[in-house]
Amino acid sequence: MTRPASRTTRTSPVPSETAEPTLRDQAPRRHQSRDWPSHWRRPPLIADARLRWALIIAVACYLVLGIGSLEVNWARVADGWERGLRFLGGFLQPDFQSRWGDIEQGLMESLTMTLTATVVGVLISVPIGIGAARNLAPMPVYLLCRGIIAVSRSLQEIIVAILFVAMVGFGPLAGFLTLAFATIGFLSKLLAEDIEEIDAAQAEAVRATGASWLQVLNYAVQPQVMPRLIGLSLYRLDINFRESAVIGIVGAGGVGATLNTAIDRYEYDSAAAVLLLIIAIVMLTEYSSSWVRRQVQ
Amino acid sequence: MSGAGQPLWRRRSRAAELLRWLGWLLLVLLFVVCWTLMTQEQIWEFVWDAPTQAADLFSRMVPPRWSYMDSLWLPLWDTLNIATLGTLLALLIAVPVAFLAARNTTPSLLLVRPVALFIIVASRSVNALIWALLLVTILGPGLLAGVIAIALRSVGFIGKLLYEAIEEIDTRQVEAVRATGAGPAQVLDYGIVPQILPAFAGIAVFRWDINIRESTVLGLVGAGGIGLQLKASVDVLAWPQVTLIFIVILATVIASEWLSARVRRALI
Repeated sequence: MTRPASRTTRTSPVPSETAEPTLRDQAPRRHQSRDWPSHWRRPPLIADARLRWALIIAVACYLVLGIGSLEVNWARVADGWERGLRFLGGFLQPDFQSRWGDIEQGLMESLTMTLTATVVGVLISVPIGIGAARNLAPMPVYLLCRGIIAVSRSLQEIIVAILFVAMVGFGPLAGFLTLAFATIGFLSKLLAEDIEEIDAAQAEAVRATGASWLQVLNYAVQPQVMPRLIGLSLYRLDINFRESAVIGIVGAGGVGATLNTAIDRYEYDSAAAVLLLIIAIVMLTEYSSSWVRRQVQ
Repeated sequence: MSGAGQPLWRRRSRAAELLRWLGWLLLVLLFVVCWTLMTQEQIWEFVWDAPTQAADLFSRMVPPRWSYMDSLWLPLWDTLNIATLGTLLALLIAVPVAFLAARNTTPSLLLVRPVALFIIVASRSVNALIWALLLVTILGPGLLAGVIAIALRSVGFIGKLLYEAIEEIDTRQVEAVRATGAGPAQVLDYGIVPQILPAFAGIAVFRWDINIRESTVLGLVGAGGIGLQLKASVDVLAWPQVTLIFIVILATVIASEWLSARVRRALI
């Protein structure tokens, strides 16, 4: 944190106390009017003036170029405006009834997909997370597990979903595989970092009793990381539901497919209903998972 | 080496142990129910077929068609613009929202703060792709829909982190500025803003990095950028081009992550 206080005190117009009293008596007025600056100006964020101006000009140039590349078709926007208003109207009067069958099926798929993917993802990511912790795993295992994590983290859900849909066909199974795959990268990484930060003294104490590697894991490592593992799993459950609403766009099942269909059919009141349900469920899972996390941690 | 009367050491009491097993049993049960519900309409022939499909897909995907790169530079520039302009727009909206949402700067705890918090939550719970899906039907396909979609999604993220930063400021500095006779706007300018500036810059760069990641796929729903090319290539099953686009996206994501990590390290 940069504290501005240190910068302000240096130039503040308070006369110094160290001056001898006799000197002050000789020139009582001049000190206040001339020698000290009577105005304080905030020092600029970037001290070098040339660099500052170069940056400002570069940013301005980029903005002109960037905004110039937008190519807005105003006639199309004017056309769409009416649709936008209709959509806003849909939010005020969402239509849950007429497509309830589709919505229900989509939500069911999303929820089941979320739960199964999270459970399987957690089960797979625990051994990978242990393998990716430098203080528990030998170097080759460590490198392998870190590699798996890097691959899983750098591919976005929707891209993985495209590939899985091409492999196992349309439907929630592709979504389940996608979410489980994404969960592995997220959870293993955080779990590995957590294991690396455990209190080494406890592990050593357990090891000193003659415990094997598995017993050390069970009695020294697991109690230390378990609360955080539960918290992270719940957090990932939350994220997986959000993502399950998206990967349906490329055919991986879930409520995203329902939403996509509703928008394609210009049924904005149904789309608004789906969106409101998504927001409600996300808020619900977020609050309940943060409550549970506060209980465990 | 426990004697006859001495109880063995246990980690938990018997009741706690039973309760735990019950919890795990319920979770397993829930999993089984969800699994059967999810897969009741699954055609398993497709799944058993998956390894051959995957091998087939892979054989079609390599080698990537490198010559396709010529038509990817412009979409890549568009993607960059979507992320950057979207982040800037989000900052413009999120900063006032954050100040309205923070407990210590909001004008009204009862009226304004809940509204600001609702804006933050609503924006956070809807993915950028869904915003883009909506905006494409309203604004038409193109970069503008992408920029606004990114902005709408980022407002919640930036707003949440920023208002938490505002709530955690050192109140003594604010008091000191107020003691000099500063008005509310001056207190904000000299007492609060300098304290949250580093956090603000860090959040902005962090979100920009995430937005680069998200803007690469926005084109799937027509919102411009390299995703448009991805969708076009997937739709005509031009897998060598898809591979090249994946490589480009991966490189962009890694580069932006590296850049943002460096900038954040320099800031904080």
